[in-house]
Amino acid sequence: MKGSVIVVGGGTAGMEAAGRLAEEGFSVTLIEKEKELGGHLREWHHLFPDRRPGSEVMSYLKKRIEKVNVITGTTVESFHKKGREFIVSTGNGNSIHGDAMLLTTGFDLFRSERKEEYGYGIYENVITSADLEMMFTKKSVRLKNGEKPERIGLLHCVGSRDEKAGNLYCSKLCCVTAVKQAIELRETLGDSKVFCFYMDMRMGGALYEELYREAQEKYGIGFIRGKISEVSTNINNRLVVKAEDTLAGRPLRMELDMLVLMAGMEMSQTGTRLAESGNLKTGENRFFAPADHHFGSNKSNVKGIFYAGTCTAPMNITETISHARSAAADIAGYLKNSK
Amino acid sequence: MVNEGKKRVWSEYQKEIADDHFFYVRSCIRQSFYPGSEQFFLNFLRNDLGKDVYENPSHTTCTGIGYHGDIVPFSTTQTVVARHFALMKESGYKNIAISCVTSFGIYTEILETWKHFPAELEKTREYLFKATGREFDIPENMAHTSDIIYKFRNEITAKIKYPLINRLTGKPLKVVEHIGCHYAKMFPKHGVGGAEFPRVLSGMAEAWGGEVVDYPERRHCCGFGFRQYLVQANRGYSLSNTVKKFESMKPYEPDLVLTNCPGCNMFMDKWQYTAKEMEGMTFGSNGQSIPVLTYEELAGLVLGYNPWDLGLQYHMVQSEPLLRKMGIEVDSGDKYRTRDGRQMPIPKNLINA
Repeated sequence: MKGSVIVVGGGTAGMEAAGRLAEEGFSVTLIEKEKELGGHLREWHHLFPDRRPGSEVMSYLKKRIEKVNVITGTTVESFHKKGREFIVSTGNGNSIHGDAMLLTTGFDLFRSERKEEYGYGIYENVITSADLEMMFTKKSVRLKNGEKPERIGLLHCVGSRDEKAGNLYCSKLCCVTAVKQAIELRETLGDSKVFCFYMDMRMGGALYEELYREAQEKYGIGFIRGKISEVSTNINNRLVVKAEDTLAGRPLRMELDMLVLMAGMEMSQTGTRLAESGNLKTGENRFFAPADHHFGSNKSNVKGIFYAGTCTAPMNITETISHARSAAADIAGYLKNSK
Repeated sequence: MVNEGKKRVWSEYQKEIADDHFFYVRSCIRQSFYPGSEQFFLNFLRNDLGKDVYENPSHTTCTGIGYHGDIVPFSTTQTVVARHFALMKESGYKNIAISCVTSFGIYTEILETWKHFPAELEKTREYLFKATGREFDIPENMAHTSDIIYKFRNEITAKIKYPLINRLTGKPLKVVEHIGCHYAKMFPKHGVGGAEFPRVLSGMAEAWGGEVVDYPERRHCCGFGFRQYLVQANRGYSLSNTVKKFESMKPYEPDLVLTNCPGCNMFMDKWQYTAKEMEGMTFGSNGQSIPVLTYEELAGLVLGYNPWDLGLQYHMVQSEPLLRKMGIEVDSGDKYRTRDGRQMPIPKNLINA
């Protein structure tokens, strides 16, 4: 055996990296706090830009980990380094030993109820992008009263680029998610009106811009440059939103049946806890800070501890898989040289 | 509307409100417009609850109206407020009870400024000492008087005589609650329930049997907005804001509007008169206007105080329709009579009378 690796977090990054390391002949233990592997990917109906079902990626990842020792439903309470060895203490009182650690603790979705002005958790038809994705999975996009929504708004940057929320960074995926979901709403609901309220359209990924164009030209989705300032309901229980159309230079008030909040990404609570207990450096954005943004994006400030995926910054599935593969390569190099 | 969601928001904005020994500071306008409100507050706390409430005769304006009208500089406002704190220290009090929402906003803004910019605090200490020889302490507890009535709302419920139930229909009265912008919009953590779903007034209304109306322009300004009104040329803007708010609440047919800011009460009351005079507009049910009450006036009503002792007759929109719904019988002959029996002039063209 070439060495052992403990991977903390069984989402996309954890599964991909664990699978790759196991393929290389390392002994890999993957610890996941939930009962099922997959992380946020499990909740995703379709992925952008090509609308591949999330389940296809899940199937691929599951095949990758056949040689991995998987422990689910178990939290990592703490870890320490003894000589070159890492000892992880789990919530059920076990200790797991390894020669290297990979943290793939992912992200937590921004808790949209923190933006009180949008009334998530108060107004029944204010939902999040994750809620909508689950509606797509169930093939039932409906209002709380069971009726079909006819006018739907999607609000970008909920909890991202927001000083009041303490998140100055861009979550990067919300714009394209909104475009994808807007198209899917039009396809699912037929003659509905769909509006995206945005600050800037950040369509930097491969085929994103094309999707944005298609949303406008083929699906007639309205893009309004301006954030919603407040949400309320009228006497018919319809949502009333106020916004500013910054291109037209005028305030706007609109009635909607449903409002979808494009919730941003935040450092996970597990990641934050492990950063504090393990003296791992975090950035201003509170995600794990890589040792070097250009040459060591998988390395931490502690020798033998590595990162992959969205515990370091918002990234999409494609980037997460690439990042996980590079982490596996870094770990293989580390174990080879430390023997 | 999911009430659990609101309760979660409220749970995040709980503030400590002192229980006793209040240094009470007055408003510039409230005693003149609604004298019964202050009298109820002082009487209820001192005589009904047995609390110690102290007023210092040397207390002055907080300069809030001048400050928000851009004619009093912030350093002056800070020094004036520091003088009030000095009076409080000299009087042996640590809990300040502020009766005006503009003042409450001024005090919270200053305390937050001093917290984040300690140099401002030191500068203010120096200014006050040089000008008056006084020194001050920062209050241990700061509450708006509506916070204090909110704190004791259940004591009021326990003695309630006229709950907020429509005696004619048996249904809860529909209450529009409107908190002043400067109560919590600048610093949500200083307001009970925060700024988006404030609890201070809705908590009272619900405790006393009413049903709170959530309408689209619930968060909108009452129309005062200081310069919107203080600059004469802007007064049409002030009025149009108030009309916008009332048009939004009109479909719900509210029975009353409940306020905690002297300015809001004045504008939501008096602009209804103006809108009716100018355009014939009314916003209540049956073509009537909507009575606008302070929280102390409402507390007094549910406890069975005489509406004319509470000063309801000094509003532009008269409250008789509300009194009838609550089952409160009044002697209209006493309405404009002083306590010693003298008849005061009777206003003409009263709304809702």
